[in-house]
Amino acid sequence: MSRDLILSSIRSSLGRRAGQPVPARPPVLLKIPEVPLARRIGQFCEALGKLNGKSLVAKNLEEARDYVAGLVQGRRAIASNAPFLGECGITSIPGVETGFTGRMALRERCATYDIGITSASFALAETGTLVMLSSAEEPRLVSLLPPVHIAVVPTSKLLTGLDELLTLLPDPAGHTSGMAFITGPSRTADIEQFLVRGVHGPGEIHVVLV
Amino acid sequence: MSILPAGEIRKTLLDDRLQTAIYGSTGRLVGKRRESIDDPVAAEFEAWRTHANAIKRHTIENLDYYLEELERNIVKRGGKVVWCKDAEEAAEFVRRLCREKGVRRIVKSKSMTTEEVELNHEVEKDNIDVVETDLGEYILQLAKEKPYHIVAPALHKTRYDVADIFTKTLGVERETVIEKQTMIARRVLREKFLTADLGITGANFLVAGSGAVVVVENEGNARLSSSAPRIQIAFAGMEKLIPRAQDLAVFLKILGRSATGQPLTVYTSFLSGPRRPGEIDGPEEFYLVLLDNGRTKVLQDPAKRQALYCIRCGACLNHCPVYRKIGGHNYPWVYSGPIGAILSPQFHGVTRDPWLPHASSLCGACGEVCPVKIEIPKILLELRRDIAEAKEREGEDRVQQLAFKAWAFVMTHPKLWSLALTGAPYTMPEAENGWIRSVPGFMKIGPLAGWLSQRDLPAPAPKSFRRLWKERQEGRQ
Repeated sequence: MSRDLILSSIRSSLGRRAGQPVPARPPVLLKIPEVPLARRIGQFCEALGKLNGKSLVAKNLEEARDYVAGLVQGRRAIASNAPFLGECGITSIPGVETGFTGRMALRERCATYDIGITSASFALAETGTLVMLSSAEEPRLVSLLPPVHIAVVPTSKLLTGLDELLTLLPDPAGHTSGMAFITGPSRTADIEQFLVRGVHGPGEIHVVLV
Repeated sequence: MSILPAGEIRKTLLDDRLQTAIYGSTGRLVGKRRESIDDPVAAEFEAWRTHANAIKRHTIENLDYYLEELERNIVKRGGKVVWCKDAEEAAEFVRRLCREKGVRRIVKSKSMTTEEVELNHEVEKDNIDVVETDLGEYILQLAKEKPYHIVAPALHKTRYDVADIFTKTLGVERETVIEKQTMIARRVLREKFLTADLGITGANFLVAGSGAVVVVENEGNARLSSSAPRIQIAFAGMEKLIPRAQDLAVFLKILGRSATGQPLTVYTSFLSGPRRPGEIDGPEEFYLVLLDNGRTKVLQDPAKRQALYCIRCGACLNHCPVYRKIGGHNYPWVYSGPIGAILSPQFHGVTRDPWLPHASSLCGACGEVCPVKIEIPKILLELRRDIAEAKEREGEDRVQQLAFKAWAFVMTHPKLWSLALTGAPYTMPEAENGWIRSVPGFMKIGPLAGWLSQRDLPAPAPKSFRRLWKERQEGRQ
């Protein structure tokens, strides 16, 4: 069997025995800066803006809902099952459908609708990143197939950056089969290094921080 | 032994359009990298590199341990690990799985490891539709070419080339506007994503402690390949391991900046097994192909095994004066540039392409920019030594060996050396402006002619150092 062959060949190259423990690992390098919320919000919006992502800081749930309603107007949107979207009243905006639990039904909507609306498990201020943990509430395709992605996230989920996320979530695999970081709209520069947005994922991204 | 593909290289050098494309693209990538690491948030970039190097060294030195840990954790999450000793085994696994599961269409996101296997070619034998979905890779698949660059595979293609390729292969009207070309590809590939049975991705990192595969990208095609089809296979070289998810904090920060000057790429997917109970989408089956294909051979040499630390950022290509002239297709294997020059000989044996480690000016740029601090110039030198030793064993290059023996003899006998130096200015060919640019006819034969055709020699000084020293000492007395 190739497995055992490969492992024994590795061991003989490295001079190790099967089951031999490893010496101490280099320590983890994680640094979490102290950044007040207002500053984190500013950082997030600036970082996302640089990538041509739009952001809005909403004072309350109604403001968030109104902003999303303005974007949806006249178009078809699919919302994830995140409870926060319901709390904001986003799921009752005309044109927004939600509550899909079957894979094929969800997929069919995501592939044909104009807008996908999600919340996010976390957001990272330094890079303008959304952290999506796949679950019953937050399927993968809503933030992926429609050409426009809107994420509505409470500021309590806004972390400083990657280091803080990995401190809170030392093993993401314990929570989900798929975690995705989304940092701005989908893009490519494969032809003459000319930047084009929206090649496979959404070309337009709006983040509403509530 | 193969020789330097001089004809092909000359063709690349004489192609003005290609030269502009390579030089321009790599230059822009160099600039973007510089800008991103000069940013104050990356003030600790050097510390990150040192740390990344330490983690990779630790992991590679204990690779068997982490591979077993990875396997345990992937199995715990409901995935399967397939160990493949070579390309043939890996291709055979995919073909068999396709037969068993009735797979008719495969969508693939960018993976250099599958290029090693020439996977597309293999599965096409079974009439399976296999589609590259990274825009650059898709263009190359349609053009039937290999990637030109680890990160920017279609770096050598202009919008006009793409227009020709799309018109010819997709039957669309000729389109030279890049945005519109991109949207043509989006439309064609979207349909493929939604009808594929199997998605194949690469892996930038394998996280042993989590049993996870990490894929970074900008387009969204890797996310789609791993989320839309019912089966997912991740293809990875076994060296892609890191111990813990927390180690990603450093690796993601150096990878994006080194590759494209991005603090973080648009998408980073952390994938661990098939979808779990309750999750609505994601694959039903999850396989990880762990490919050896020569990697265990590289491990045998303690000094050179650091080549396996590579995270495929492409920075060494962009900074290499040789790559920037000869481009990606003149290298003998899928990995080009300085990293290719140290990987290929170690995977295939030093005698297969002995010119490769010599295709370097040893300027050291590759080593300076490598985010995991692989000592590429040092390994190049060691490979040159290995090549010389191999040739000696095979009794090749007798002339060169004799010449060096004579040289060594003269150098270790001071009187002879002194005599040789005194004679040098009189026996050497004539110099112009202090350089010897050509040699007399009788020297224009054999290996010397080839050597001198590419090089100029500084003319010997009229007085040797020894002579000057002696005169100075005498003057003092």
